[in-house]
Amino acid sequence: MADENPGTPPENADHDGNRRDFLKKSSLLTAVALTPGPVLHAASAEWDEKVAAAFEKVPLKLEVNGVKHKLSVEPRTTLLDLLREQLHLTGTKKGCDYGQCGACTVHVDGERVNSCLRLAVMEDGKKITTIEGLANGDKLHPMQEAFVKHDGFQCGYCTPGQIMSAVACIREGHAGSEGEIKEYMSGNICRCGAYSNIVAAIQDVKNGGQKV
Amino acid sequence: MNQFQYVRPTKQKAAIDALAKDTSAQFIAGGTNLVDLMKRGVMTPQKLVDINKLPLNKIEKENGGLRIGALASNKAVAEDKLVLEKQPLLAQALVAGASAQLRNMATVGGNMLQRTRCYYFYDTAMPCNKREPGSGCGALEGINRMHAIFGFSDKCIAVHPSDMSVALVALDATVLVSGPRGDRRIPFADFHRLPGDTPQKDTNLEQGELITAVDIPDGPFTKNVHYLKVRERASYAFALVSVAAALSLDNGTIKDARLAMGGVAHKPWRLNEAEKFLVGKPATEDTFRQAAAIAMRDAKAFKHNAYKLKLGPNSIIQALKNATAVG
Repeated sequence: MADENPGTPPENADHDGNRRDFLKKSSLLTAVALTPGPVLHAASAEWDEKVAAAFEKVPLKLEVNGVKHKLSVEPRTTLLDLLREQLHLTGTKKGCDYGQCGACTVHVDGERVNSCLRLAVMEDGKKITTIEGLANGDKLHPMQEAFVKHDGFQCGYCTPGQIMSAVACIREGHAGSEGEIKEYMSGNICRCGAYSNIVAAIQDVKNGGQKV
Repeated sequence: MNQFQYVRPTKQKAAIDALAKDTSAQFIAGGTNLVDLMKRGVMTPQKLVDINKLPLNKIEKENGGLRIGALASNKAVAEDKLVLEKQPLLAQALVAGASAQLRNMATVGGNMLQRTRCYYFYDTAMPCNKREPGSGCGALEGINRMHAIFGFSDKCIAVHPSDMSVALVALDATVLVSGPRGDRRIPFADFHRLPGDTPQKDTNLEQGELITAVDIPDGPFTKNVHYLKVRERASYAFALVSVAAALSLDNGTIKDARLAMGGVAHKPWRLNEAEKFLVGKPATEDTFRQAAAIAMRDAKAFKHNAYKLKLGPNSIIQALKNATAVG
């Protein structure tokens, strides 16, 4: 909520003395305009250490597609935003950003999740796999090949999420029938309507018995 | 999303202390609902206490029942061998909820504590007594097709969205909580509240209380069970109406019965009178029809949800028929 009411500035902010004081106070006011409630309360009560604590970035260790990262993130950063904005892994898509469409699906410690609803700090020490981590060099993952072969997409925006979910669907043992695939792929929405081809791609990989 | 402080305690007491002292703090586990609500500005905690490092994810036998840790994921519970063997109704209800991704993330404790999906609660431009006490209820005279037919008040007509909780109330579960004043056990039927004059309170949890586990007593409901969920698409949608039905049958006669509904009230709605009626009766459609009529006695519809007065009893009958047909 970027339009949070910045609240009331400290009472003596716009009168009183010298230039240094003015600079100090105007930078405080800038901070006030940009900060949420708890920091404000701390600021007006001159609890400097609390102001610092609220701004503090949190250290975070992650392994993404086999590469270890030591990061520093704001607690409110989602895993999705971290992947896209800080690590520049833009294969993972932001669709709805509310956990309703599945475009942001990645694997965390082998399990598929909606990365838009995960706070990155909560993944400390975990292994993340994104769509960029599926292929083996230039060789596509069998599921990627199957999506190409079966035309499992049109615009392609939901495709990274669909493929991550499809791989998990087989690994979990939920690709036993068309009905089961549809049920266990229901968290991935495709507005182009490539569903029947997506199901065909998953069945092809499943029946082909290739390791996913 | 607003800024907030983040702490990740490794001891239960530290987690409870962090919340007990700070009414603007919230526990976070799976985050599937809380992060969603924070992005929308519906909930604005100033501190998040991440409880995922607490050892609360076991599923084990305990005192003639099953104890499920609050941090067990919805997926882990739905696919657990003990759960499938002892409480298949719970597994069915869990699989009916959300998507595979969300079930991997969502926990048992968080599932109980998820907030209503009433659109007036979600839309911060609208009045909602649950989100902002005293602002009014947008749904009362607004679009209320998803809303309650039982137990509502003129302050709030929202429904509880959990499927899992409908099974748990039917199965006589108990919620184990730990708080600043020690541990206590809350019968599942008393865990969630009706809205009354304080719809902002979804449950009877007190400030700083942490759900640690759910106990489900072993019962005879291992075969003839069915969770029926009626929704607007075949998967991944909230219930318009759902029914958890569990029967214990002896040669076609009902020895014991459990019935609860979802999507109809501010809390998972146990149908005690209908259950009593069923006991001793033959498991026939006629019996089920009469039980459904009893269950719906106090139902009252609003402008857009009168369909639930018919969908409700029909769903009860169908769930009981399905439960009878299996095993």
